Amino acid sequence: MIPELGHFALILAMLVAIVQSAFGLAGPALQRERWIAAVRPAVTMQFLLQSAALLALMFAFVSNDFSVQYVAQNSNSALPVVYRVAAVWGAHEGSLLLWGWILAAWTLAVALFSRGLPAGFAARTQGVLGLVSVGFVSFTLATSNPFERLLPAAPDGRDLNPLLQDPALASHPPMLYAGYVGFAVAFAFACAAMIEGRLDQTWARWTRPWTTVAWAFLSVGIALGSWWAYYELGWGGYWFWDPVENASFMPWLVGTALIHSLAVTEKRGLFKSWTLLLAILAFSLSLLGTFLVRSGVLVSVHSFAADPTRGIFILVFLVLVIGGALALYAWRAPLLRSTAGFEFSARESFLLFNNILLVVAAAAVFAGTMAPLISDALGLGTLSVGKQYFDPVFLLPTLPLIALASVGIFSRWKRGQLAPHRGAILFTLALAAAITAALMLGVWGGAKFLTPVGFALGFWLIAASFVDPVDRLRRGLRLTPAIVGMTIAHIGLGVFVVSVTAVESYTRERDLALAIGESGRVGDFDYRLDGLRSAEGPNYDALRGTVTVLQAGKPVVTLHPEKRNYWVQGSVMTEADIHMQPARDVFVALGEDLGGGRWSVRAQIRPLINYVWLAAFLMAIGGIVAASDRRYRRSGESV
Amino acid sequence: MTPRRRRLILVSGIVAGVALAGFLVLRSLQENVMFFYDPTQVAVGEAPIGQRFRLGGMVKPGSVQRTAGTLRLAFVVTDYKRDVPVQYEGVVPDLFRENQGVVAHGRLGTDGVFVAEEILAKHDENYMPPEVARAIKEKHGGVMPKGPTP
Repeated sequence: MIPELGHFALILAMLVAIVQSAFGLAGPALQRERWIAAVRPAVTMQFLLQSAALLALMFAFVSNDFSVQYVAQNSNSALPVVYRVAAVWGAHEGSLLLWGWILAAWTLAVALFSRGLPAGFAARTQGVLGLVSVGFVSFTLATSNPFERLLPAAPDGRDLNPLLQDPALASHPPMLYAGYVGFAVAFAFACAAMIEGRLDQTWARWTRPWTTVAWAFLSVGIALGSWWAYYELGWGGYWFWDPVENASFMPWLVGTALIHSLAVTEKRGLFKSWTLLLAILAFSLSLLGTFLVRSGVLVSVHSFAADPTRGIFILVFLVLVIGGALALYAWRAPLLRSTAGFEFSARESFLLFNNILLVVAAAAVFAGTMAPLISDALGLGTLSVGKQYFDPVFLLPTLPLIALASVGIFSRWKRGQLAPHRGAILFTLALAAAITAALMLGVWGGAKFLTPVGFALGFWLIAASFVDPVDRLRRGLRLTPAIVGMTIAHIGLGVFVVSVTAVESYTRERDLALAIGESGRVGDFDYRLDGLRSAEGPNYDALRGTVTVLQAGKPVVTLHPEKRNYWVQGSVMTEADIHMQPARDVFVALGEDLGGGRWSVRAQIRPLINYVWLAAFLMAIGGIVAASDRRYRRSGESV
Repeated sequence: MTPRRRRLILVSGIVAGVALAGFLVLRSLQENVMFFYDPTQVAVGEAPIGQRFRLGGMVKPGSVQRTAGTLRLAFVVTDYKRDVPVQYEGVVPDLFRENQGVVAHGRLGTDGVFVAEEILAKHDENYMPPEVARAIKEKHGGVMPKGPTP
């Protein structure tokens, strides 16, 4: 009964979304006050209905209702309750439902916080969001209904993929989607502005906090996925340039460009049409990400089903959204001319180059991600693109980007001269070079060609970020959340560059063949296999190893990597054990029986790797702090 | 300098930069993509010798041989028509098994032995790399040979 109610609620939600978009778009166009007034209740209604649908599916999971096909395929009565809830978005159908619910939630937030906006503009924004919602919910209903019954009911479920039974991964999709879908808000603001043919600095001020918050969610979502891949997949890295990872990274890059270009549009009324284009692009890439991941075009852990109708539906949806928005852009953008000028060393120039480099980086990632698909579609052969391509092509635009950021922080709007800041620029650079030299000569030793470059750029950005806030405090000025947030985010980026440099330069890894009592050397650590015994968990049994890691003969830590056998799916999983420390991670994963009494053991030492994710969280916190600035909540037209 | 002229310089600079970036990206793509070959293509000599590529197929039943107590491993990748011997040293993925799909990255030696640097077997029991599935399907006229399920 409950699943049918959920299904029914979802159908009603789609009907309400149609009403929402019709009234939201037609109301302001025909100047019907009462139509406009109907939009907000429709948004609230849609949110309630989508919530009902999501809760109904959750109830089916928690109550082990295996007469629902989706539940039978992705859950099991032995699965802990937390993961039964998370299993809702453990596969294709449920994650679409989640997508729709998050869209409804964002739309409701827009409705609640848009009281300061002109009524017509707010209605149009919610109308555009309604259209997106119609597309997604009809997709869910037509091709991927999670409430479909299974007759006769299964006695028990086939269980959630063991890889997904993990706290970080349970929260990865909601965060990622919150980011993806959040860009829909910026997209809707852009469409509404284009429909009205009016885009001023106030518009940019409204759009900024939404974009920044969406970007923060996306940062956290990507970081959680990357962290999970590190400790759960047992590959031991943080990024693999997997097409699915790239799919989430492209909107992030373009979203980052959008945040910066919005700043120029708000402060100086420039880059208007470029900002619109970025808003369209960021959401298009979010949709493309969903398409790539969910259509089964890419085969990986993330893509669940290879159902061609789904792919075609999303493709059509994608073409309608992107094509419609670009057509609107071609028609309306010429109305939005920017008139002001700026000097070469002004902040506008730096942000322009920031945008170009970020978009070039996104384009390079795009080319590498799409090349296999295009080559395959055209029958040019099956190929794959990996690290060998992505690393250099990505570093080419991003290394100058970091350097420009460190200098650009000192620039001022309009006719900023950098000359007065020469001292500070050179001082921070010298400081960064000194820290780099100390690290490389004193702590870790020399490494690759790019090692000093990476360290110096990272530390330079961190040092340069501090100068302006410290200067303001010294002059007795108040630090606004906008400045604090920006500083935190830039420091986060600096920390990211430093930690990635350390991981890429000083990681030591080896596969060892060890008998009990034997040890092998990795870097300046010794891994000793002390024993193996069997263990049991709630829904698996395991072989549990005891590995003692020693440094200079002294034990550092004893680790217990496992080889798990999950009963329901009969799948074997490697559960790595990692000793996380501020300075380095000591990683060990158990391989297999090699015969002759030996076992294979994968051993890795990775310095500073935890700061990679910490940096992403810093950036996200910076975004949230900046978005909380009171400036954005002032209503009216004043700038 | 007039604002018009300055804008011209700026725009042409950007266009030149983007063109350069595009050129570098395409060149890098050309040099760094890895092609996929199935065992038949390797056996008839279509695959390049000494260059990195991906070899995909099924692990031939009974072909996995370990040198006891070491990480060295030899096995045969097959598309049920032709075979390619593979050597590897390291930890293999959880789902590396006989009669399961596998993709190996590595180089082909002049002796016809493929030396793998990396071995991938995906996370799903029923997973077969799409290239492998297609390669086998083409050879068997759409009928998929079924191995014993683990």
